[in-house]
Amino acid sequence: MKKKILRSYLITFGMVIVAFIFCQYFQGHGMSRTLKGQLIPICAYIVMALSLNLVVGVSGELSLGHAGFMSVGAFTGVIISGWLLNGFGVESTVMRLLLGILGGGLTAGIAGFLIGIPVLRLRGDYLAIVTLAFGEIIRNIINCIWISVDGKSLHFAVTNNVPGTVLVNGPQGAVKVARIATFPAGFVLVLFTLVVILNLVNSHPGRAIMAARDNRIAAESVGISVLKYKTMAFVTSAVLAGMAGALYGLSISTFDPSKFDFNTSINILVFVVLGGIGNMSGSIIAAAVLTILPEKLRAFSDYRMLAYAIVLILVMIATNSAQVRGLIAKFAPKKKSAVKGDDGNA
Amino acid sequence: MPKKVQSINDSPLVNMPSSSYIPQRDLYKTPALETHHLGVDFGGLRAVDDFNLTIGATEIAGLIGPNGAGKTTVFNLLTKVYEPTTGTILIKGIDTHNKNTVQLNKLGVARTFQNIPLFDNLTVEENVKLGMHNSTGYDMMTGILRLPKYWKQEKAAHDRALELLSIFDLQDKADWKAGSLPYGAQRRLEIVRALATDPCLLLLDEPAAGMNPSETSELMENIVKIRDTFQIAILLIEHDMNLVMGICEGICVLNFGKIIAKGTPDEIQATPAVIEAYLGRKKED
Repeated sequence: MKKKILRSYLITFGMVIVAFIFCQYFQGHGMSRTLKGQLIPICAYIVMALSLNLVVGVSGELSLGHAGFMSVGAFTGVIISGWLLNGFGVESTVMRLLLGILGGGLTAGIAGFLIGIPVLRLRGDYLAIVTLAFGEIIRNIINCIWISVDGKSLHFAVTNNVPGTVLVNGPQGAVKVARIATFPAGFVLVLFTLVVILNLVNSHPGRAIMAARDNRIAAESVGISVLKYKTMAFVTSAVLAGMAGALYGLSISTFDPSKFDFNTSINILVFVVLGGIGNMSGSIIAAAVLTILPEKLRAFSDYRMLAYAIVLILVMIATNSAQVRGLIAKFAPKKKSAVKGDDGNA
Repeated sequence: MPKKVQSINDSPLVNMPSSSYIPQRDLYKTPALETHHLGVDFGGLRAVDDFNLTIGATEIAGLIGPNGAGKTTVFNLLTKVYEPTTGTILIKGIDTHNKNTVQLNKLGVARTFQNIPLFDNLTVEENVKLGMHNSTGYDMMTGILRLPKYWKQEKAAHDRALELLSIFDLQDKADWKAGSLPYGAQRRLEIVRALATDPCLLLLDEPAAGMNPSETSELMENIVKIRDTFQIAILLIEHDMNLVMGICEGICVLNFGKIIAKGTPDEIQATPAVIEAYLGRKKED
């Protein structure tokens, strides 16, 4: 069993590292401009998909407002970065990026905690409803606040007369963001997320989270507090989503709150479902492919989203058909033996 | 002679129902379980009424009764899946008022269920390790950062899990998914998982259900072995009378939520009320 875990670690990390080196090489050797621009968002979406998979796959709860945490993280990151630059004269981009990402994770984590504590007490799909509302509420709140930095102090207002350099300009969102996020930083964040999630899942708290998912009554009967472990998974997920948001926010010059709407949440959920619920490497691949895909489908112009939907449907049919599975099993003998073992046990 | 004061005190005194059937060896030990006037209402229905039971520190006790008598409801009360309407539950002399299922488990109550709710997607070993939740003390950060405490406790948990599994001959199947085990093995695994929580009182809900006679006799030996090794009290619900009469020291018979008889297996078999509850009244003509 130890060997099995080690192998899954090696495969996942190996895949990410090889992909990174590949991308780094091709950045200087004929990668298209659009794809270059997509590299950091891909990293951010991979982290989003992984963190949502922690909630949906490992903890077994449905979150429909994951973009809300991304939004909280993105705006916090931009504010911290702008504040450090304009207020304290911190020029170091690495420092600002790091603090921005940490700050984004922290605020999103607090938001996740405040939502999780009351909602996870309930049994049923209430988390989905509340997170759905949360995503919309956050979007509307940020829509009508103005934040600026003047000297060393931050100014918050609900009207547009704020002194100094404006960081968040109401409905226009974050403006004149210094694009300090880099692809290697995104890669490091992906690795960090993977370490956190894989180590969590393969430790006692992670098993307790899965136990609470599999059977609530049985989990309580062996002394596992379902609320505690579901909250743990949810807050961890929110922190990671906030970090991804900060990375994303600091990679584009202007973005408005409606960027992180319900559609974004659903897109991230699509990454998770398509990659396989509870399957981390699947989430990575799905997030990367499905972020690039809509751009590649621009050739279809008006029919772009139609083609996107068809591709999604085809992938789902293909991965569920017995023939395709048999084909995959042929090339993966280890998986085949596992299937055999299951049959023998039944 | 003074006139008696008319007040709320003017109520006849009745005998408290005695519930003190415990093995003699446990006489000077705190009983594993004491319940006093335990009862629960579901709407207008009183599912369990005036349930008084004492179980000695190392006693194997049986709870029997016809279908729908309220046996599993008693278990659910003892583990606080349901909140009792009346009465008290003392575990090792400690009042369990205002405690929930998780806290009761920490006090030392472990149970199994009729429908075997294992963590199907986890391995056999992981299921047992989850049973050791109370003794596996490292937190999330230790787990994520893989600090030395993590390796130490994981190693200890692994060894203990295999040790417990070997009681029921499951150590070879440690890497199997719990859901893929055969039915009998799943039942045994559930008992191991409950044992892993280091209980002082083990509640077994129909442990022999669906087992063949040879498996049942093996189970009987194992239950006695568990009691002897861990020195704990065991309360079991069972319909298999061979098992109940074979290993239980004290038996409590429940019908329509009320205790109709308590005593040793021999006494129970001779009690007319029990025979009536199971077989019906003899037609008088």
